[in-house]
Amino acid sequence: MIQRLLPHPLLTPILALIWMLLANEFSAGHALLGLLLGWAIPIFTLRFWPEQTRIRRPLTLLRFIAVVLYDILIANLAVAKLIVSRPRRLQPAFLEVPLDVRSDLAISLLANTISLTPGTVSAELSPERDRLLVHALHATDTEALVATIKTRYEAPLKEVFEE
Amino acid sequence: MIDTALTIAFTLVGLAVALSLWRLLRGPDAPDRILALDTLYVNTIALLVLFGIQIDSNIYFEAALLIALMGFVGTVALCKYLLRGDIIE
Amino acid sequence: MLEYVLAFLIIAGGAFTFIGSLGLARLRDFYSRLHGPTKATTLGVGCVLIASAVYFSQGDQPSLHEILITLFLFITAPVSAHLLAKAALHLKLTSVARRPESENLE
Repeated sequence: MIQRLLPHPLLTPILALIWMLLANEFSAGHALLGLLLGWAIPIFTLRFWPEQTRIRRPLTLLRFIAVVLYDILIANLAVAKLIVSRPRRLQPAFLEVPLDVRSDLAISLLANTISLTPGTVSAELSPERDRLLVHALHATDTEALVATIKTRYEAPLKEVFEE
Repeated sequence: MIDTALTIAFTLVGLAVALSLWRLLRGPDAPDRILALDTLYVNTIALLVLFGIQIDSNIYFEAALLIALMGFVGTVALCKYLLRGDIIE
Repeated sequence: MLEYVLAFLIIAGGAFTFIGSLGLARLRDFYSRLHGPTKATTLGVGCVLIASAVYFSQGDQPSLHEILITLFLFITAPVSAHLLAKAALHLKLTSVARRPESENLE
C-alpha cells in the first residue's frame, strides 16, 4: 500500500524543496503545495523510474559529496594552471576504468563525478557495462589515476548504493 | 567595490564569449562547434546574472533558467543527431 | 566584509569562465578542449550564481533560487560532455592521445 502511494519516498522532499526554490518563497503555503507536487509527480512518472533507490549509508554519501566538492575546487585550479601555462606540453590519454558498481544510478553518478573533477571526462561505457572509457587531460601515470578513481569515488558509491 | 568587480567580471566573460565564438566559427569539426555553442550559452547565463546584480534586479532569473534548460536540451539533441543521424527515433 | 566576499566570488567566477573558454580556444584536440568548458566554465558560472544569491539575500527575504541554476548546470554539464565525447569517438575525430584499441567500445 505504502509502495503504491509513495513509490519514491526520497523524491517527495526533493521536489518540494525544488518547488520552494523555484517560487523563491519559504512559507508554509508553498511547502504544502510543494509536498503535494512531490507526492503526485512520482506517481504519474512511475513508469520512468523502474529502479528502487535505497541509500544505505547517508553519512558516507555526505562525506563523498564533500570530497567531490573539494576536489572540484582544487583540481579546477590545477587545470586552470595547465591551460594558462603550457598547453603544448600536455599529455592527454585515454584510460579504461574497470567497473565494480552495477546499478544504473551508481554508474551514472560515477561517470558524472569523473567528468566534474577536472582532468578527466568520462567518454564511453562499454556495452557489457563493465568498463568506462575516460579521457584525461594530463596523465603521466595512468595506472595511478585509475586506482585513485576507484578508491576515491567508486568505493564510497558502491558502499552507499549497493551491497 | 562591487562595481569594480562587476566591470572586471564583465570584461572576462566578454572575452570568454569572444573566444567561444572564435571556436564556433573555426570548427574544425561538428562536435567542436556544438561544444562552442554549449559554452556560449553557459557564458550567456553568467552575463545575465552579472547584469542582474548590476541593475539590482531579479527580473532576469527566469531568462537565465530557461537558457540553461533549453541549452542543455539543444546540446543533447545535436549530439544525438551526430550519434544516430536522427533526433527522434 | 560581505562586500569583499561578493567581489571575490564575482571576479573568481569571471576568471574561471574566461579560463574555460581559453581552454576551448587554445588546446590542441577536441578531447582536450572538452575539459575547459565542462568544468572551469561550470564552476565559474556557479561562483557568479552564488554571488548573486548572496547579493539578493541581503534584504529581509532570502533569495536562493539561483542555487537551482547552479545545481542544474552541475548536473547537466557532465552529461553533455559525455555525449559530446561519445559523438567525437563515433566520428573518429583525431586525437593527440592514443585512441583506445578495443573496438567493442564503439
